Amino acid sequence: MAAETASVPATSAPAETERLRLAKAAIRRGKLRTRWLLLSPALLTIVLVGLLPLSIILVYSFLEPGTYGGVRWVFSTDAYVQFLFERDLFEDTLTFNPAYLEIFWRSVELALLSTVGSLLIGFPTAYFIATRPPSRRNLWLFLITLPFWTNLLIRTFAMMLILRDEGVINIILMKLGLIDQPLVLIYTDGAVFLGLVYSYLPFMVLPIYAALEKLDFRLVEAAYDLYATRGKVLRHVILPVAKPGLVAGCILVFVPGLGAYITPELLGGGKSLMIGNMIAIQFGNSRNWPFGSAASLILMAIVLVALLVYVRYAGRRRGHG
Amino acid sequence: MADRTLQTTAPGGKPAGRRPFDLKRQTGFSEIAWFCLFVLYAPIAVLIVFSFNDNRSVTLWTEFSLRWYRSALNNQGIQNAAMISLQVGAVATLVSTFFATLAALATTRNERFRGEGLVYAVINQPLMIPEIVTAVATLALFALIKQLTGVGGIGYLMLAHTVFCIPFAYMPIRARLEDMNLTLEQAAADLYATPLQVFRRITLPLMMPGIVAGAMLAFVVSFDDVIITLMVAGPGETTLPIYIFGQMRRGITPETNAVSTLIVLLSVVLVALLFFFGKRRR
Amino acid sequence: MTGDGAAADRTAGRSDRAGAAAIEIRRVRKVFGSGQERAVVALDDVSLTIRDNEFFTLLGPSGCGKTTLLRLIAGFEQPTAGEILLFGSHLEHLPPHRRPVNTVFQQYALFPHMTVAENIGFGLMMQGRPKREIDETVRRMLALVRMDDLAGRRTDQLSGGQQQRVALARALAPHPKVLLLDEPLSALDLKLRKEMQIELKRLQHETGITFIFVTHDQEEALTMSDRIAVMSDGAILQVGTPREIYDHPARRFVADFIGEINILPAELLETREASGGASARVRLSSGQVRLARLPDGPVAAGRVNVAVRPEHAGLQPAGEGAALTGTLSNVVYFGTGTHYHLELDGPGGEGGRFVVELQNRLGAGADHAIGARLGILLTDGSLQVLCD
Repeated sequence: MAAETASVPATSAPAETERLRLAKAAIRRGKLRTRWLLLSPALLTIVLVGLLPLSIILVYSFLEPGTYGGVRWVFSTDAYVQFLFERDLFEDTLTFNPAYLEIFWRSVELALLSTVGSLLIGFPTAYFIATRPPSRRNLWLFLITLPFWTNLLIRTFAMMLILRDEGVINIILMKLGLIDQPLVLIYTDGAVFLGLVYSYLPFMVLPIYAALEKLDFRLVEAAYDLYATRGKVLRHVILPVAKPGLVAGCILVFVPGLGAYITPELLGGGKSLMIGNMIAIQFGNSRNWPFGSAASLILMAIVLVALLVYVRYAGRRRGHG
Repeated sequence: MADRTLQTTAPGGKPAGRRPFDLKRQTGFSEIAWFCLFVLYAPIAVLIVFSFNDNRSVTLWTEFSLRWYRSALNNQGIQNAAMISLQVGAVATLVSTFFATLAALATTRNERFRGEGLVYAVINQPLMIPEIVTAVATLALFALIKQLTGVGGIGYLMLAHTVFCIPFAYMPIRARLEDMNLTLEQAAADLYATPLQVFRRITLPLMMPGIVAGAMLAFVVSFDDVIITLMVAGPGETTLPIYIFGQMRRGITPETNAVSTLIVLLSVVLVALLFFFGKRRR
Repeated sequence: MTGDGAAADRTAGRSDRAGAAAIEIRRVRKVFGSGQERAVVALDDVSLTIRDNEFFTLLGPSGCGKTTLLRLIAGFEQPTAGEILLFGSHLEHLPPHRRPVNTVFQQYALFPHMTVAENIGFGLMMQGRPKREIDETVRRMLALVRMDDLAGRRTDQLSGGQQQRVALARALAPHPKVLLLDEPLSALDLKLRKEMQIELKRLQHETGITFIFVTHDQEEALTMSDRIAVMSDGAILQVGTPREIYDHPARRFVADFIGEINILPAELLETREASGGASARVRLSSGQVRLARLPDGPVAAGRVNVAVRPEHAGLQPAGEGAALTGTLSNVVYFGTGTHYHLELDGPGGEGGRFVVELQNRLGAGADHAIGARLGILLTDGSLQVLCD
């Protein structure tokens, strides 16, 4: 036994052979190079065509609008001033104009309301799916995911068919004799709200389900065993587990809702303008690119705040677990 | 599990009087879930039903007919738009899936590296920024480039699509690679496979379902896009969604329903394939 | 030993190599991570020679470095320092696919997108052998592991035991010079494990390939191995045949890790060389003197620990001549035998505990009552002096 170890001359092994060290360094360098080589096509594409444009609109927001779209390379903060004030062309005075502020406020309000609406439907649905037997769960998940992959434009169009003056709801109500005149449903803020809930509902259900899937129902058993009622089990056991999913779901509904374009375009009336449409208009007919750029940046700032809230919350969770 | 044992305790399967206590149940939740499903599917169902309506009306049923499908398929504008959609979708799918595959190979199966978080943030960037902002910003960039170089063409639209397709292609490929057992590659190397052979014989076949899933998602996302295309597309680059968006704003006929039904069908088939194929593989 | 000769007997036939060194590990050190705090020393200056045509087992608790050593031989990890030789030629700079050794992985690592036959033929295909030869070898391997009917199956349709056999056949098919087995039986249930132990022994015998087997299961190691290396904390503590390791543990860890054992304080009186190995006269705490075997290692003079297996001790009436005396505190019946737990007499009543194992005979009843005073019978040679 000891003879085994003693049979090796003690002088034969230096601490680390030069050959080995060089080989290892070469492998490490090679791996690093390969990794960045593999990453560069995707990263370059996204940086050049995804991130670079954002810095361009940052620059544009401090320029003057060109006569037929585009910009004139003259520094100006007018794009931001224009949010709150209207410049009188003849007297060059500024008067307070809340029109754009109202659009922003309406957008935030509609996005928030549709988030709450999705939450009220989405949470019970996610919980219901999570308590199905595993075989049935997959089918439910598939049915919830499918609309998410279906063209948003077409789904909004389907909503138009429901809400129109000659739409399904009005026809049914008139056939039943409940109303004589069609109700004004479409081209209202209410229609936009319904459209947003309908569009982004899957975004709410899926993350909540993902969180609830991990719920250990022995905890629920323990809570009932310790005299909790259904309501208390929901509040003290189920909701805390679902919380990360709830937060993620709310962000996922709020952010696209805030920047929505198709929904207000098709379901909202001329008065139900949201930020998304306003930005699109600035780059289209009304052709004030700097103002559109500034509006984009403000929209991004709001989204960023929402994401920060999420990241901070997610970070805190990780600290606990 | 638990609710099954509870149900079987009721004699004859039918509880007399009160429902047996199910600890997973919450009052009203099942009704809301079914309502949620109804809300999600009823409008689509209406859309599809009225695509078969003989009448010009999109909400008053008269008689079954395929005339709107015939008229849609014979519509030169729709044919052209579908062609553009397919071209843009094919290019964006191929390029973005290829790039995403490379990126997924670099970000998995390795020890963590410095800048990893930043790499993820960049790859997912198209998902984090409101689409309308991406749309106008891309428009601004392309307008600038066109002004400077005088080069135009559909390449710009394809490039814009490629960018937002990358994260969708990346996600399933990465998930697949992360699920993959690293020992398999070691086993292959142990059995005399060179690194290239390991990739060709083991890594690539095993990540193929992820690549297919990524490509399908990328195609669906590209095919469905409205906002970015609306901003970036030049004249003669009208994709199918842009074409029917125009129809919807001008005044709708069941022809729009018919085209919409076909597009929905395409997405559903692709996603259903993906969903059930993916489940079976695991 | 061939020194650092790279031109060793690469071409020598098997009969000539018998007893030659298949694997030599020379002063190998492996450190994971870097920096002062995060660095973990997995292997610390390990040297070892594994002979050709040997069933060699690396035995130790998880984290002792046995799997790391195996992965160094396979080439999945590079040593921080030291040399690894295969039949005299250096291995440490070769990538895994250029080393003529194959591994059976813990979770088998069968390729899920290939059939059983394709899995088994993979190594030969990678070596670029002709298709005829591959088919022929695959057929032979399937017969060898008794899986002839399942060649076309996908690997996820196999049971655990069948997967195990495919993994073995796959690693054996290219006829490696050394087969490395990383806890291959740990995923199987007890009955299957027993079967596979015999199967592995048979395969080793039939193929004549050197097996290096990693396990944390002492019984498995004792049953199958020609020789065992017991490892702990990145070091090899003892190398020997199963009988040597079990009957004559050199270190306290080895004695504790394998089977049950009593460890007693004693005083080393005098040592003597004999043909069967060195032995020594030791005085036990009771004052009685016995002859004990010495380990092949440095032993400090004076106070030492001696070890006695429970089945090597006996019981006798308390009183003169007994090596130790104590009070019976517990009797544990376990079918083939009975354990008698004794509280030993000692200074202040703290003599420690001693377990005696006696075989059960049919019809014999319990003959000692709890609380009885008993003497412990220790014959010369049943005691083993430990190095530490």
